[in-house]
Amino acid sequence: MNKLELISALKKEAGISKLEAAKVVQIFLESMTDALVIGERVEIRGLCSIFIKNYKSYTGRNPKTGKKVAIHSKKLPFFKSGKELKERVNY
Amino acid sequence: MALTKSYIVARVHELGFTKKKSVETIESLLEIIKTTLEKGEDVLISGFGKFCVKNKMERRGRNPSTGSDLVLRKRKVVTFKCSGKLRDKINGRKYQK
Repeated sequence: MNKLELISALKKEAGISKLEAAKVVQIFLESMTDALVIGERVEIRGLCSIFIKNYKSYTGRNPKTGKKVAIHSKKLPFFKSGKELKERVNY
Repeated sequence: MALTKSYIVARVHELGFTKKKSVETIESLLEIIKTTLEKGEDVLISGFGKFCVKNKMERRGRNPSTGSDLVLRKRKVVTFKCSGKLRDKINGRKYQK
């Protein structure tokens, strides 16, 4: 399922217009993105929690050539599925 | 402070929906995502990331606190793969293709 399919599913399920459904999905994604950008945790009960993990810089190797490459420190979102989702997916 | 459903609901309310309708709409949205994943179908959100359902094989594991052997059964888990766009935003970079 992609974003467009999600929007039309929401339109049908909630009985709202396509434009409204698109706005709701937009708000949902934007809120999560904005929170993660400022390093805030996202916690949606039943679905998931996402928080930012800091990864230190390290010297890696290009697996093809074996050359050393410096990997800069980075931040990545870390996802944990919620209890309800976990149980429903693995029934 | 973590971002929770109530903040998202409040922002939907600003669109002009009643409070009740805002809660219901967000619940519907979450339910659609959960039902899709439950069916084993991935949810791909361009610019954000994808929620994938992965099949894990049975494997032998250990209880970390007691050290006793145990068998972890075959199971399904949900994973999240962050999109390049989101990753760049988090790291304070402009998205470049």
